[in-house]
Amino acid sequence: MLALDPLLIGDLDLGDVLIVLLKVVVVFVVGLVATMLMVWFERKVISGMQNRIGPNKAGPFGLLQTLADGIKLFFKEDLIPERSDRFVFKLAPYLSFVPAFLVWAVIPLGGDFTGDKQGLVTWFGRETRVQLADPQIGVLLLLALSGIAVYGIMLAGWASGSKYPLLGSVRASAQMVSYEAALGMSIGAVLLLAGTLSTSGIVDNQDGFTNWHLVSTGVLPFVIFMLAATAELNRPPFDLVEAEQELVGGFNTEYSSIRFALFFLAEFMNTITMSAVIVTLFFGGPQPLSVDIGGLQWDGDLYLGPLNGTIWFLLKLLVFLYVYVWFRATLPRLRYDQLMNLGWKILIPVSLGWFMLLAAFKLGQDEGWNRVAVGAVGLAVLALGAALLSAATKVSARNREREGAMF
Amino acid sequence: MELFVFVCAAAMVLVGAVGVIVRSHPVHAALSLVLTLFGVAVLFVAQEAHFLAAVQVIVYAGAIVVLFLFVIMLLGVDNAEDLQIEPIAVQRPLATIVGAGTLALLVTAVTQGSDAIRSGTGAGIDDATVTGDPDSNIRQIARDLFSDHVFAFELVSVLLVVAVVGTVLLSRRPDKLGPQSGGAR
Repeated sequence: MLALDPLLIGDLDLGDVLIVLLKVVVVFVVGLVATMLMVWFERKVISGMQNRIGPNKAGPFGLLQTLADGIKLFFKEDLIPERSDRFVFKLAPYLSFVPAFLVWAVIPLGGDFTGDKQGLVTWFGRETRVQLADPQIGVLLLLALSGIAVYGIMLAGWASGSKYPLLGSVRASAQMVSYEAALGMSIGAVLLLAGTLSTSGIVDNQDGFTNWHLVSTGVLPFVIFMLAATAELNRPPFDLVEAEQELVGGFNTEYSSIRFALFFLAEFMNTITMSAVIVTLFFGGPQPLSVDIGGLQWDGDLYLGPLNGTIWFLLKLLVFLYVYVWFRATLPRLRYDQLMNLGWKILIPVSLGWFMLLAAFKLGQDEGWNRVAVGAVGLAVLALGAALLSAATKVSARNREREGAMF
Repeated sequence: MELFVFVCAAAMVLVGAVGVIVRSHPVHAALSLVLTLFGVAVLFVAQEAHFLAAVQVIVYAGAIVVLFLFVIMLLGVDNAEDLQIEPIAVQRPLATIVGAGTLALLVTAVTQGSDAIRSGTGAGIDDATVTGDPDSNIRQIARDLFSDHVFAFELVSVLLVVAVVGTVLLSRRPDKLGPQSGGAR
């Protein structure tokens, strides 16, 4: 259990256990409250963009609306359809809710990354991290959890025992499985530069704006990650899962009461955790943004002492939460074939090609090759690959047309 | 502590394995398989093989069983099978023989090799707690895979590509193609 948390090295005493417990409780409570606020934020921002007022009755600015909705859902009748598979039907909401929560455990929520401190902070005389756990496999855990989350949606639709939920869940799982490849490949670009899988190591690698992986991987992996993550979350414009014109309500049509609330909660919590992952991987997590233009110098210190990193993290997180809401308010939903074409024919090849190019640059750096030559050769190879791929897709499209398209 | 983890994980593996065989419903059987895979992942973590555990969950639980479920759902075989009907007559006695043989092999391997298992932590593999580098686990696997076993690795990827291409060829509908297209023949 090395490095899961510096607290756990050596002998454990009551204080260590209490700190870990405190962290667990804080992450859990903050996660839930943040989800509640996120629902409110999304409704409020969208209503603003659509010239409406939005929730404004429960509490100041309608802040307690989500709480009221949650209580209402709690007291509604819990229906289980006659033809459903009872055990799987009850299991599915938890399978989608638990992974959403667990991602929080590996995200560095704060800490001091200046100098060689590597995010370590001292609480009550003990060294620890502002992060529940820092496992060796950090980012892989994230991919594993998003793999588990597929089960929740897939089984929910199947266990409902009716047509539309099954169609919705088959769509959703096909979409999530296809975009996972692009997601993993763009994470690969980050890992290549960071040289470690642990999330705190990745954050530690990004000191200063030019070292943010957004810049140092050349923006493209970030764009791909953002698109793939949106598809992975089943959020607009990729929310074909719940295309209400075609599928009633998608995989959760038959769900009511608290089980529906769990799906709802998981969806919004996933939005927050995915934004946090984006911030961690590409935007330096709790690292401050230091400014050094001309005479203007600022090392990103907000004069908040130990809270500095957390505030920076929250500020970056808010930007992405807003971006997700913005997507939802402005972009129309894609057609299903467009979604699959984007995933398989554009995102996966582009992320793979970019990954190879970055790997070539990395190798060239280690071997002392000329950067320009490496870039030129790499781009030539990529262009050749792209030409081959587009020729292949053209041929297969022509064949399909002649055979009579199936869809 | 180690014994406790082992007992829990082993129970997960066994319950899942029995479930795969006993449950008559294909979806339930697939879910039992997931339980087994998770148990194995926990055992990997207990052995400090963190990377293997992650890959186990990502590849097996996250992709392969999802594909199983996908096929079950799309083909609509998601109703309980009648176990009385026997499509291939010899398969049950054959399965019994193969199962008994595998069991005998495993028992022999464990009893014969128990000294070797106990004697060391595996040749050339450094524990992360010894090296102090949290990524040493992954580094060692990568070095092994991409230097000593690089040809085997490449061959496996070729095998996968061949399998994919073969599947696509087999699943095309030759009746509508006509002889000049050069597609499936």
